Amino acid sequence: MKRWLQKWRLASVFAILALVLSGCGEPFLSALKPAGQVAQEQYDLIMFSLGIMMLVMVVVFTILIIALVRFRRKKGEENKIPKQVEGSHVLEIIWTVIPIILLIILAVPTVAVTFSQGDVSAIGKKDENGNPEALVVNVKAHLYWWEFEYPDLGIVTSQDLVIPTDEKVYFQLSSGDIKHSFWIPPLGGKLDNNPENINRFWLKVDQDKATQAGDVFYGKCAELCGPSHWAMDFKVKAMPKADFDTWVADMQNATAQVPTTDLALKGEEIFNASCLSCHAIGTDTSSVGPNLANFGERESIAGVLAHNETELKRWLKDPELIKPGNLMTGKYKELNPDELDALAAYLMGLKVQH
Amino acid sequence: MSSIAQKRGFGATLWDYMTTVDHKKIAILYLAAGGFFFVLGGIEALIIRIQLAIPNSNFVAAGFFNELLTMHGVTMIFFAAMPILIGFMNLIMPLQIGARDVAFPFLNSLGFWLFFFGGLLLNISWFTNGGAPAAGWTSYASLSIHSTGHGIDYYALGIQISGFGTLMGGINFLVTLINMRAPGMTYMRMPMFSWTTFVASALILFAFPPLTVALFLLTFDRMFGGNFFNVTMGGNTIIWEHFFWIFGHPEVYILILPAFGIFSEIFSTFSRKRLFGYSSMVFATVLIGFLGFMVWAHHMFTVGLGNIANAIFAVASFAIAVPTGIKIFNWLFTMWGGSIKFTTPMLYAAAFIPSFIMGGVTGIMVATAPADYQFHDTYFVVAHFHYVIVGGVVLAILAGTHFYWPKAFGTMLNETLGKITFALFLIGFHLTFFIQHFLGLMGMPRRIASYNSGQGLDLGNMISTVGAGLMGIAVIILLYNIVITQVKNVRVGNDPWEDGRTLEWALPSPPPFYNFKQLPLVRGLDTYWLEKMEGNKGITPAEPVGDIHMPNGSILPVFISLGFFIASFGAIYRTVYSWGLAALIIGLVIAFGSMLLRSLKDDHGFHIPKSELMKDDKNKGVKA
Repeated sequence: MKRWLQKWRLASVFAILALVLSGCGEPFLSALKPAGQVAQEQYDLIMFSLGIMMLVMVVVFTILIIALVRFRRKKGEENKIPKQVEGSHVLEIIWTVIPIILLIILAVPTVAVTFSQGDVSAIGKKDENGNPEALVVNVKAHLYWWEFEYPDLGIVTSQDLVIPTDEKVYFQLSSGDIKHSFWIPPLGGKLDNNPENINRFWLKVDQDKATQAGDVFYGKCAELCGPSHWAMDFKVKAMPKADFDTWVADMQNATAQVPTTDLALKGEEIFNASCLSCHAIGTDTSSVGPNLANFGERESIAGVLAHNETELKRWLKDPELIKPGNLMTGKYKELNPDELDALAAYLMGLKVQH
Repeated sequence: MSSIAQKRGFGATLWDYMTTVDHKKIAILYLAAGGFFFVLGGIEALIIRIQLAIPNSNFVAAGFFNELLTMHGVTMIFFAAMPILIGFMNLIMPLQIGARDVAFPFLNSLGFWLFFFGGLLLNISWFTNGGAPAAGWTSYASLSIHSTGHGIDYYALGIQISGFGTLMGGINFLVTLINMRAPGMTYMRMPMFSWTTFVASALILFAFPPLTVALFLLTFDRMFGGNFFNVTMGGNTIIWEHFFWIFGHPEVYILILPAFGIFSEIFSTFSRKRLFGYSSMVFATVLIGFLGFMVWAHHMFTVGLGNIANAIFAVASFAIAVPTGIKIFNWLFTMWGGSIKFTTPMLYAAAFIPSFIMGGVTGIMVATAPADYQFHDTYFVVAHFHYVIVGGVVLAILAGTHFYWPKAFGTMLNETLGKITFALFLIGFHLTFFIQHFLGLMGMPRRIASYNSGQGLDLGNMISTVGAGLMGIAVIILLYNIVITQVKNVRVGNDPWEDGRTLEWALPSPPPFYNFKQLPLVRGLDTYWLEKMEGNKGITPAEPVGDIHMPNGSILPVFISLGFFIASFGAIYRTVYSWGLAALIIGLVIAFGSMLLRSLKDDHGFHIPKSELMKDDKNKGVKA
């Protein structure tokens, strides 16, 4: 028995050690490093509920260990018949009432936060000048990529979500095909992109925390949506309001880029022949594939690859290898190495910021 | 010469098991088939963990990974955990309440064969060119409708067929428990395991119909052009989620309540004390069963049901902690003041409390709606439900295997090997799943086929995989234990644990096929213990020795199930191959024809004459 206890202890020590080694995760991905109001409130609730529950665990573990040690059948007690106890009303009332009290204590903040975080009444409200009060982003999930539309600003982009810090940003979630779920752990919990309705919630980024995380957060799809579910990542660029306004102006004034090199010019021809039927470069929301207006300024290729020409060419050569089940594979003719070079040079040159 | 004799012996045994309506033999069938699927689901889990051990792993392809995770979940829930528990219910419950069999022995057999052919059907999908289902065990409608190939069709029909079997089992146990208790066995004298069987069966009765409906809708959408879940045609996919979880949440209690029952028996047996607070235990069990139907939407906090729904379902889910807490403390105080003997089953029981408590604690945490927005669909939830299901149900199954092995087979599993299995399994279990709480909070969604490095997830996943390996080794040792125990074949007596309290321990191991020569007179809770304390050797009988009426065996359950099995292939391939429609029709003709045969042919069973029973008795005396 004692040996067993030691082993059990060893296992938990090992697990805790491993945890310390790995810390609490990366600041751009971990819910344990909240970087905004919503995530912070949720983190506090997690810690509060864990605290209450630790109390219960300590009581149970203590009673368990004492019982196991004190009342083990010792040598010479083989024929001992313990007293047959039916129960105890006092004890039973105690362990019924105390949990009820603990749960009521937990229920109060749970209900309060549920309502405060679910308040999206600001969407659609206008100030005295007739301008929208809050920034709204329409998030449309597609099989393995994300589309971000700013309806009041006339901007559409994909894969990289750009938002201002230190203000509430409202999101309207929908899906272009099947169910997905929109999750940026350091900013707050997830909400589903359903095919049949629009879900609304808000997030808020803390500028200091964003700086610590390197100004970019990782977003994930949290609902199984097929073979490339694991690769349906996106990035969130958080920036001060002034920078955000500049970005908005750049996006709004984006003109078709004139390629500067011969290689890129050749790439443009290939793009127009092979890609343009699905991918728009501008503010068009009706295109089948992701809008590529600011492709050269993205954080990653296809959400999961590093943002460089080598990876881009790997992606263009055979998207099926990177994201099985995607809707791009086989929609364009096979590209030879020269064509890949040209197309990559062109795409990497697509920038809107000055 | 001898080999021919052996062959005939095997054939006869096979025929015996295929036609049996004896609850103990059906229990062995359930345990064997459930054990097989448990090993299968375990292998799937190990492949999943190997794939996730390192980032950007290419051990298996992403599409295949999704098939693995789906089949792991479906297999473990529907074809391993539930059948094994139903096996224990079949084996023990009639003995505990002093019955000679279940109320409907034929249905009992049919229930098993439906489950078996359902599981077989589902697993055949691995070998078809569309592969196994890959939409998760929840099979959310938009993905399952979008899915190409026939995997989802196998899912819908495989679970449908086995679900019929489970539903029959549930009804059968309910009728047995209501009508067939021995004289004096009042409801409040029923052993705890029989009580949990009662409540779990009631949950099956109410929870499986919503699943049946949902699966029919899915089947019609997939195979016959229905549009129940087709959003573009006015369907709604969230309806599926409601249906699934209205079934799915009670399903969790269908699994855990019998597990609680097994542990209740083990705690009181090896503490040599009656169960502390028996009436409140019964009350808590019934309450958990009732509340289990009130909380399904806590699986859907992120679906966008709105603040009011989320708040109500959060608080309702909290409420379940109260009766569960009552149970935990009652077990603790059953041990308190007892004389605890650390046999293998008792070790499992002792380890169950801290393991299950950790799952319960995270259960309250995930019920906290706004916090669940973070937990939902991450490895935190994976950790939570494995703590509940492995830390609760699987530990109970392993404990029950050791505890009830002598009653089923008349031999004792090796205790030393049992304790090694226990230690390895427990360490492996905590190593695998404890770290996953943190992986989830560190940003790892569940059901991902791979992950990039540089996200802080590498070390945790490696540790988790090592733990899974330990669990695998533990199960191999258990299988070895089973084999050598049956090879050595050392027979044991009625009460091999020496501290048995309930009626099953008053019977030989294994009991005669009619269980009780004379129905017992039950004089209180823990009847056998009471008799032992008064110095009696056996149970006081409630009737004189007389002829016993027993049911005849039948092969029809195999044919009914086989018919549905064949018809399923027809339904799946109806539009693909020319033989499809024919298979559908032939299958249904076999199934309904067998039912008709059963209805038209009167079968009144047979009587064991009194004289033969007396002879049996004499033989026993000689043997002993």
